[in-house]
Amino acid sequence: MEKLQITLNINGKDQALLVQPNDTLLEVLRDELDLTGSKESCSEGICGSCTIQMDGKPVRSCLTLAMEAQGTKIKTVEGLANGDELSNLQQSFIDHGAVQCGICTPGMLMSADALLSETLNPDDTTIRQALSGNICRCTGYSKIVEAVAHAGKPEKSCPDCQTKE
Amino acid sequence: MDNIEVTPNQDRELSVVGKPIPKLDAAQKAMGRAEYIQDIKLPGMLYGKILYSKFANANIVKIDTSKAKALAGVHAVLTGEDVPKKMKMGFIKDNPPIKKGRVSSFRDEVAAVAAISLDIAKKALDLIEIEYEELEGIFDPEKAMEKDSPLVHEHLKSNVLKMPWNIHYGDVEKAEKESAFVVEDKFTTTWVTHCCMGTSGAIALFDAADNLTIYSNTQIPSLAQKDFLESLKAMGLENKRARVIKPIIGGGFGSKLDTYAYEHIAILLAHKCKKPVKIMFDRVEEFNATSTRQPTVIYIKQGCDKNGRLTFRDMRMVLDNGAHTSWGATTPSVMLMPISSLYKVENVKYNAKCVYTNNTYSQAMRGYGNPQATFAIESSMDILAEKAGMDRIEFRKINKNQSGDETPQGLKITSCGLEECIDAVKEELKFDNNSEKGVGTGIASLIHVGGGARIYGSDGCGAILKMDDYGKVDIFTGGTDMGQGLDNITAQIVAEELGLLAEDINVVHSDTDVCPWDVGAHASRSTFVAGNAALGAAKKVKKKIQEFASKILDVPAKDIKFKDRNVFFPGDPEKSMPIGKLLRKAHFSPNGTMLMAENFYDPDNRNMGKDLKGNMSMTYSFGAHGVKVKVDEETGKVEVLEYVAAHDVGRAINPLLLEGQVYGGVVMGLGYALTEEVVHQNGKNMNANFRDYKLFTAKDAVKIKAPVIETIDKDGPFGAKGIGEPGCVPTAPAVANAIYDAVGVRIKDLPITPEKVLAALKEKKGD
Repeated sequence: MEKLQITLNINGKDQALLVQPNDTLLEVLRDELDLTGSKESCSEGICGSCTIQMDGKPVRSCLTLAMEAQGTKIKTVEGLANGDELSNLQQSFIDHGAVQCGICTPGMLMSADALLSETLNPDDTTIRQALSGNICRCTGYSKIVEAVAHAGKPEKSCPDCQTKE
Repeated sequence: MDNIEVTPNQDRELSVVGKPIPKLDAAQKAMGRAEYIQDIKLPGMLYGKILYSKFANANIVKIDTSKAKALAGVHAVLTGEDVPKKMKMGFIKDNPPIKKGRVSSFRDEVAAVAAISLDIAKKALDLIEIEYEELEGIFDPEKAMEKDSPLVHEHLKSNVLKMPWNIHYGDVEKAEKESAFVVEDKFTTTWVTHCCMGTSGAIALFDAADNLTIYSNTQIPSLAQKDFLESLKAMGLENKRARVIKPIIGGGFGSKLDTYAYEHIAILLAHKCKKPVKIMFDRVEEFNATSTRQPTVIYIKQGCDKNGRLTFRDMRMVLDNGAHTSWGATTPSVMLMPISSLYKVENVKYNAKCVYTNNTYSQAMRGYGNPQATFAIESSMDILAEKAGMDRIEFRKINKNQSGDETPQGLKITSCGLEECIDAVKEELKFDNNSEKGVGTGIASLIHVGGGARIYGSDGCGAILKMDDYGKVDIFTGGTDMGQGLDNITAQIVAEELGLLAEDINVVHSDTDVCPWDVGAHASRSTFVAGNAALGAAKKVKKKIQEFASKILDVPAKDIKFKDRNVFFPGDPEKSMPIGKLLRKAHFSPNGTMLMAENFYDPDNRNMGKDLKGNMSMTYSFGAHGVKVKVDEETGKVEVLEYVAAHDVGRAINPLLLEGQVYGGVVMGLGYALTEEVVHQNGKNMNANFRDYKLFTAKDAVKIKAPVIETIDKDGPFGAKGIGEPGCVPTAPAVANAIYDAVGVRIKDLPITPEKVLAALKEKKGD
């Protein structure tokens, strides 16, 4: 299959790429750009491990063709931190024990980050709804939900936290 | 608890152990920088792919691989003919990695290819032509036991495996006659699977001298190394080396406790191609070609006297072994523990038969048989309590295990917080307050190995510890982290012992060239066994530091204490020194020394004897779970409203990670109770995807309360016991008991789907 040149805006930078028309965005991110933070787990848009953001909305990169992503602003888990400075949400995941094996973590973070950019201080039900497309087998979700709730609060502490004063 | 012996080590004030320190690799993972097997590419690496059988039971008449071999980019095509005769998997070696002549399940491997890209490897599989002669299959283990049943393996003359699972402690017949109340029921459980979010994979490569390196998603680096060495030997590569490296893995839950065909096939392909070969499962393969929890048919009869004391327990099981044998066939050894020892019961009978069928073969999964056995026992406990007219919680407390007990199987109960767990659940969940229609509560308890489990010749783990010139530690442990947090547990134990911070400890694990031997991450044993291995190494180094500091500070060695990266003499503030400085003094002086220590800890537990008796674990973990559910009588749907999971953990080394194990275990258990089932139709997996295999999502799960009971076990590191598996052990019976409490129907077949609840409700109304 002939390769086509496209430009994708990823984590704030334009990247020129040669892709096949049927390459998924996930394949291009992982195999062409070595952005391996986005994970492939089910390859059919159910588990959410490959979730990235396009123009701020959570999107399954395994079901999105790289070609379709042209002209959008793509954000991956690698774009959440500012250099080595973690985002509040990432720090909250770490502090609350929301990371075990970690395969679902990048997708969870991208879904949660999209939620928090729209909804300040979301309640438990809203968080669980927003994360219901991201499967985790390790944590039972409780600590992930706590982590998102904490990151969404304007104040620095939340009553559930053991880790922060 | 006053009956627990507390050693001085466990009595002191702790500054690192007991703290909720976030998982040491969490930042790497949250930044997307952690390298999983999925992410590893080696120079010149080829991609392997496996072709599976089209039938559950068939003769392979002809295989033509010529077109596949001719495809540009294909480096090798293997069939059963290319597999050395002695290359076989499983503990009874009944399973070659690629089958020759005959297939006996849909997941049987029939060919494999290696190519320069995954796309080409897949195309090559399509070009392999196979002619099969389909045979009648057998899919029901009870039917497979009948005399005229077709045989899965004709040379064995029977579908029943030769396994020793038959015990009788005390006198069950006599006890039954003397019982005031007796109940008898049948329970069934089906296939469920681990659903690790990271799929399985391996990369094999050989050096110029034919030594193997294999990156693999394994929970058992040392035992996997042994399996791979046996494969090398079968390939004519005797006395070669096999290095097993386990990168960060996307979950284990027991799925990686045996080696799989894909690993041995990667080895064969890499050797043939003289290049690294990577085989990664896609999600469909992960469902079809990894092993499940074993399905069981369980017959249980138990009784009590008029005061509610259990008199006997009589259980019989049939386990669907599938077409080949892996650890699934040994799960009765663990089932024996709750059967003989959950609650005090003197007279116990148990017989289990593992039966070959043309279904998928089973393996280890979190709890290793305990969830199936406990489902039957704890459902039956409620049925018996009702028949005896007793309160179900009181009934359990009358029969509770206690510190100092020796159970009929010979398990020695040292620390035991079962009663405290039951009380904690009762406190958190209001059992008598179920006035709302369709709402009910349930309780179930558990016992599990918490201090290792001697199912192999050794239950040991090694640790090597070295300190640098700055007071930092590298510890090389045999233990394996797969996300559960053994890295933290090791670091916190070592830091506590040496007065350091957890961040001062670099934990190196899962590389057989570097790390000492360990039997593997299973049986909730890592905190206890690998923790004790690390603690012993730290104690040895500590002693050396004390001896050296004694000379420098001129105080007795035994009086030197460690805290905040310093050594000090409590009586004199002048007599203090940073550990790093002390180590530099030790190093940079005539006849200098570097501080290192090694330690191999093998617990004093016992293999089961021929009578299947023996104290298999140094200590046992206990727990009680309570759940409140709401049953919709129109739809049969069960909603979990509240969940309390109390565990006797000995000591919480890290409460944050401990909760993570409990929460994760409970939600896995809720799936087992309510939604999860690998649907097999004549041996074929009908729901190999996350749409049809129903895992709990964040929306289905609830916030779980997890009271922690600390009994400070005398043998555990800082008093800790294992807690990896218990979370999913009593979940299903707690839910089944709650459903009965809510709407009066008793579901005895997992999972408890709305269809089953509705059918039972209809039947009940019909009465």
